Amino acid sequence: MKTPAKIWEISGRMLLVWGVLALISCPACSRPEDSGKSLERPAAAGPPCYGDTLITGSIGEPSNLIPILASDSSSHEVAGLIYNGLVKYDKDLKLVGDLAESFKVSKSGLVITFHLRKGVRWHDGQPFTAADVLFTYKTMVDPHTPTAYAEDFLQVERAEATDPYTFRVTYKKPFAPALASWGISILPGHLLEGRDIMKSPLARHPVGTGPFIFKEWKAGEKVVLTYNPDYFEGRPYIDRYIYRIIPDSATMFMELKAGGIDNMGLSPLQYARQTEYRKFKENFNKYRYPAFAYTYLGFNLEDEKFRDRRVRQAISYAINRGELIEGVLLGLGQEATGPYKPGTWACNPNVKQYPYNPVKARELLQEAGWRDTNGDGILDKGGIPFRFTIITNQGNDTRARTAEIIQRRLKEVGIDVKIRIIEWAAFIKEFIEKKAFEATILGWTISQDPDIYDVWHSSKTRPGELNFISYRNTEVDALLEKGRRTFDQEERRKIYWRIQEILAEEAPYVFLYVPDALPVVQARVKGIEPAAAGITYNLIKWYVPKTEQRYKMNDSNR
Amino acid sequence: MATYILKRLFLMIPIFLGITVISFAVLHLAPGAPTEMQTMMQPKVSLEARARLNAIYGLDKPLPIQYFDWLKRLVRFDFGRSFSSDNRPVQEKIMERLPVTLFINILSLVLILVVAIPIGILSAVHRYSLFDKATTLFVFIGFAAPTFWLALLLMLVFGVHLDWLPISGIKSLNYEYLGFWGKTVDLGRHLILPVLLSAFGGLAGLSRYMRSNMLEVIRQDYILTARAKGLPERVVIYKHALRNALLPVVTVLGLSIPGLIGGSVIFESIFAIPGMGQLFYGAVMARDYPVVMGELVIGAVLTLIGNLVADISYALVDPRIRVR
Repeated sequence: MKTPAKIWEISGRMLLVWGVLALISCPACSRPEDSGKSLERPAAAGPPCYGDTLITGSIGEPSNLIPILASDSSSHEVAGLIYNGLVKYDKDLKLVGDLAESFKVSKSGLVITFHLRKGVRWHDGQPFTAADVLFTYKTMVDPHTPTAYAEDFLQVERAEATDPYTFRVTYKKPFAPALASWGISILPGHLLEGRDIMKSPLARHPVGTGPFIFKEWKAGEKVVLTYNPDYFEGRPYIDRYIYRIIPDSATMFMELKAGGIDNMGLSPLQYARQTEYRKFKENFNKYRYPAFAYTYLGFNLEDEKFRDRRVRQAISYAINRGELIEGVLLGLGQEATGPYKPGTWACNPNVKQYPYNPVKARELLQEAGWRDTNGDGILDKGGIPFRFTIITNQGNDTRARTAEIIQRRLKEVGIDVKIRIIEWAAFIKEFIEKKAFEATILGWTISQDPDIYDVWHSSKTRPGELNFISYRNTEVDALLEKGRRTFDQEERRKIYWRIQEILAEEAPYVFLYVPDALPVVQARVKGIEPAAAGITYNLIKWYVPKTEQRYKMNDSNR
Repeated sequence: MATYILKRLFLMIPIFLGITVISFAVLHLAPGAPTEMQTMMQPKVSLEARARLNAIYGLDKPLPIQYFDWLKRLVRFDFGRSFSSDNRPVQEKIMERLPVTLFINILSLVLILVVAIPIGILSAVHRYSLFDKATTLFVFIGFAAPTFWLALLLMLVFGVHLDWLPISGIKSLNYEYLGFWGKTVDLGRHLILPVLLSAFGGLAGLSRYMRSNMLEVIRQDYILTARAKGLPERVVIYKHALRNALLPVVTVLGLSIPGLIGGSVIFESIFAIPGMGQLFYGAVMARDYPVVMGELVIGAVLTLIGNLVADISYALVDPRIRVR
């Protein structure tokens, strides 16, 4: 929800479980940035070779490296390199086996059977078995586990390890997001069983099965990982991965330029204006692809002014999205037409669109009974002028600027808009959760699974839940329920396409834009292949040619 | 004198309790509980999951009970466990960060003393000279320039363009493999900018304070007498005037210790220094009550000790204020 500063750096595995945190890309538009490409060193950098260190910059520090206990993206980012799930999303965002060699969903959709990889070892040398998976499941549903993510696992009726390499789960009702939920990091049962997970040393010293082994964590400073020589997908080429914590983004950008870190996510301003010079282009490769997120203007549908669909449509017409993208994102984004990322299978490209059209906006407002009777330039109805306040959270300049541009455009059609910017916690607690707002600018991250039940179902309108605009539509409710129970992708496509048609027609949100993720990586790092899943999905294949390696690591440093 | 100190010590207990009650209340008045900060606006988190987390952290109990639970633990010198998902003891989190912050603050305090006092003396003695005017200008810049802006400017010049100094952090990546002198130099290079920055604001204030004290003292009759008796100017200034002018300055220094720790928040965030300020900022943003309270208690204790030391030194110097 909060747009993470480094939206791109989340590996496919974590993204799968923590879809809410994750943002990535689409196949067609993933490419190194054209201008950067021309200055990139020749591809003939030689074959991949081992060695060197990759230093990543992060605003936040991980809190707990037992990932089910953490809810911040930094923890999941680091833990994603240390642990594996049973399944993961591959570079084209298809679900494939990870610790599971294969998996099967029964015809009824109620039973999922995972056949696990043999010969996988934990970083402490113990073998990985189905008992670990069963342990992880039991931990998730244990009411004493302080995890925020139990929901998907509470749907399970029975979980069993039928033999050391087979794990089977049975659901009460068919639940389409179930398979993806098994991308959760599997924990080492032999180190945690029978102990208080909240006090486990694993929180600071994790033991996983993943491509990197935890080495050290200096609080407030860095987390250091080293390569796993026995990783089941092959040893990573990068010897050492350092996750540096730099709380200030301006400082981080300077560290990047000075060589203190190798990669970070750029802001649109940094991408478009502050990195467009020769030396930078020689030393870094910039990437650009749509993030898995969108920004919207949401109306409080319990507010009398916004009950009439024509009013919401009129406002949609009155806003110039192209202008927002140019002005706020410096062109680094695209228009949003619904709650899915353009180009993905769940996204319906043929829904009703609202191109900028102030004339049509005025017509619709007039139809809805809003006229300027007293000649002050503001529309009114029954003696009440059309005024409302857009609220958004502090600390997100793009949202504040978006609000200002919208304010000007709505003024042109006779609507007077005020803007209020509020500190995050107060904003959510006092305004959003209590539904004490007229309209708000916010963003959602888009998860891999198209299930959007929590945001749009009419049962989710209680205070503190996510359908805070109070959207209620019986057809959408029925479709959302059906979508969760259907496994067939073609069937689901029809369901979610229909939902988008309804949302586009009803306009409870003005879908504004999908921003681009803008990662930058030091040019000595090779082997980066942007794909649907972003760039970090193949981190273990990244390498630095021998001649360009900067950091030596002898065995005593391991 | 002993009764005076004893009285002051006993008086500290209710003051300390008052500080904690107010801090606790204000902290809980701010919207957003730690569990909410972790879970809000996340589709995979149900309301039930939130309630479950609240129960685990004891946030479902009434506020006074939460306070007394906290106080009971504090009496045993137990600050509790952090509410962030790492759930570590607060002492451990603070102790691993306290040394860096103290170290930088002591360095900057020394720097302030070494630079501000001579500046103050010189500009008082040579009042309205070019030096005095130049330092006045410098001091006003010190007051006015925002620390973060100055920090970024210095980083850009010395870190990016000249490449003389490291930009952020406290140690280089290869720190563990350096020898003793290598480590010292590495640490020193990392400390130059943060210490300079954290000293800058204080420098301005203290040199002004020193200047006005000195001016005050120079006007006194006994200085006039000393001069009339034909004592050399050096002796008049540095032996007689300076000693008296320094007394209030030392008291002010005692009081400025907690303030310095507060100032750490800004430069520790900008320079990515793993100290108390950074921890405090993160804890406030995450509504991590035990950590915030832990830091506030340490701040309160430092303030009280600073006050006590100031009072005692006053009492030592000036018998008139000793209370019987």
